[in-house]
Amino acid sequence: MQETIKLRELSYADALREALREEMLRDPNVILLGEEIGVFNGVYKATRGLLDEFGPERVKDTPISEIVIAGAAVGMALVGLKPVAEIMYMDFLPICMDQLCTQAAKMRFMSGGQLKVPMVLRTQYSLGRQHGSQHSQFTPAWFMQVPGLKVVTAATPYDAKGLLKTAIRDNNPVLFLECGLLYRTKGPVPEEEYTIPFGKAEIKRKGEDVTIVGISRVVGEAITAATKLEEKGISAEVIDVRTLQPLDIETIIESVKRTSRLIIACDDIRTGGVGAEISATVQESAFGYLDAPIQRVACALTPIPFSPPLEHLYMPNADRIIETATNMIGK
Amino acid sequence: MTTTIQEVSQKDFSNYGLTAEKLTYMLRKMVLLRKFEEKIEELFLVKGALIGPSHLYLGQEAIAVGAMTALDPNDLTVTTYRGHGHALAKDVPPNLCMAELFGKSTGNCKGLGGSMHVAIYPKTGSLYATAIVGSGIPIAAGVGFGLKHKKSQNIVATFFGDGAVNTGAFHEGMNLIALWKLPVLLYCENNQYAMSTPVSKAVSSRSIAERARAYNMETVVVNGNDVLSVYVATKDAAKRARTSSQPTFFECITYKMKGHGVYDKGEYRPREEVEKWLAKDPIKTFEKRLIDEKVLTENTIQEIKQSVQKEIEDAVKFATEGTALPFDEILNYVYAGDD
Repeated sequence: MQETIKLRELSYADALREALREEMLRDPNVILLGEEIGVFNGVYKATRGLLDEFGPERVKDTPISEIVIAGAAVGMALVGLKPVAEIMYMDFLPICMDQLCTQAAKMRFMSGGQLKVPMVLRTQYSLGRQHGSQHSQFTPAWFMQVPGLKVVTAATPYDAKGLLKTAIRDNNPVLFLECGLLYRTKGPVPEEEYTIPFGKAEIKRKGEDVTIVGISRVVGEAITAATKLEEKGISAEVIDVRTLQPLDIETIIESVKRTSRLIIACDDIRTGGVGAEISATVQESAFGYLDAPIQRVACALTPIPFSPPLEHLYMPNADRIIETATNMIGK
Repeated sequence: MTTTIQEVSQKDFSNYGLTAEKLTYMLRKMVLLRKFEEKIEELFLVKGALIGPSHLYLGQEAIAVGAMTALDPNDLTVTTYRGHGHALAKDVPPNLCMAELFGKSTGNCKGLGGSMHVAIYPKTGSLYATAIVGSGIPIAAGVGFGLKHKKSQNIVATFFGDGAVNTGAFHEGMNLIALWKLPVLLYCENNQYAMSTPVSKAVSSRSIAERARAYNMETVVVNGNDVLSVYVATKDAAKRARTSSQPTFFECITYKMKGHGVYDKGEYRPREEVEKWLAKDPIKTFEKRLIDEKVLTENTIQEIKQSVQKEIEDAVKFATEGTALPFDEILNYVYAGDD
């Protein structure tokens, strides 16, 4: 019952921490490993206090060695542990791409179903935090092309906790994508146990004129945009896909059939990005329902500029979504 | 320190439990590995029955057989694309291996892995095989951590070639294995060439063993063409790994009798060098030793070879009779379901 659920305000980082802690209490096979996650409590404090509580055999500080962080997680998973590895920045994923994409993700298949690799690789992108080109990028589409991998994004503290718990219980490798700008944002999180299933998008706001699909941080921008569009007499529906692999394309298509317009807004690069994939898939089965070409709000094909005003212009935001929606509808 | 395994004496036979039965088992396994690869070569080159890359283990039989025989059957292995020998030595049934090479659903990986992943058969502890050079070493670190964490008495052995020691994965893996004191045995099968590139043109250090020593890891140089040396070295190292979680690095000096893959004639190698190594054929030398030590006779060895040949022919028959998985079914193998 809705009334009986106790909600507290928790930060995104604390929600993640609660998920890790609860799953570690629930399952002794859950092991954390990564750079600075123990003594330093994690760069974003998502692992705060866990070393003290669970000890150095379950919270493993590692050297700066992304290949062996991911590779050791694969090995641990092969013998029945449930490793949750942390890669400090999404920009460091290419260093361990082989272990994540070519080892972990493919091994279920290549072994003909003999092996499973239940591991979580947590990482975050720091666009908007003046971290420069090599500490900011968000590249989720790269990983949507990897069969065997699940790809999760979390836009709120509630989702961060519920999705991370599901990720840890999954029997497959899960890439869990967090957002640096969101760690300190707060939101309601139930005290009671809950998980969020993969492959189920959430309709954040109902609307009739245009569907806005948001990913990660941009879900918040889409909600802001929808609120302002309402003032202009445009009714926007906002969908958070939550997981990119599996992708709940049905919910998006059903929405587009009602609104006849689609915008995909994401902090990734537009070329070959998440928006391109969603757009292509939607038009394959709902072309006849569209009143306007599908639009993407995403980043330019340049490295991320450091200069704060340039980075600000580079990032998708509510204003760009509003402008796009307004142009589509012609108001 | 770096130790070098000298000739294994007859006294060691009893100290290391090398009974006549075990010695015969080892010879039979080596013959199985050899004849399996010779059959693969024939199926590729003469009969055109197989296609794709296939990296033969010819000449390196003493390493897989020496190591696997010394290990506990429940110990795990992480190996590579040159893995037919590791698979067979770790008791993956030859008929399943053969069917896998043929791409049949009756193969151990249902024909979805192929030659380079035929050593994946967790039922016998043949846990993992990767086709990316060096990538198994970080995975072995994680397997070792898992075994240690679960307080298992078992350990993990990982096999790789000399080419792997120049990859980042090797160095990151070595460091963590030594740093965390993980029960991992690392076998670098130095067969002198990474594809066509000789070790001298690829490795800056004076030896591969020296490089391993820099990670503060127990390091042993072994004659990789002598099955007894590999066996004895493994026994000692496995004990250290089991009792005190000490990793050991082996540089096994050997030579691939043929080229990198089944289609490579290895013509970049000096003829004298090839001839010198062929004279050290690990099976011929082991047979001679067993005859000299009066463990086996020429006749029994011939019987062993005939029985292995029949096993191989049966495996080919089993493989050819199978069918490929229906295409629609491959989707079922991408993700693991819930418990």
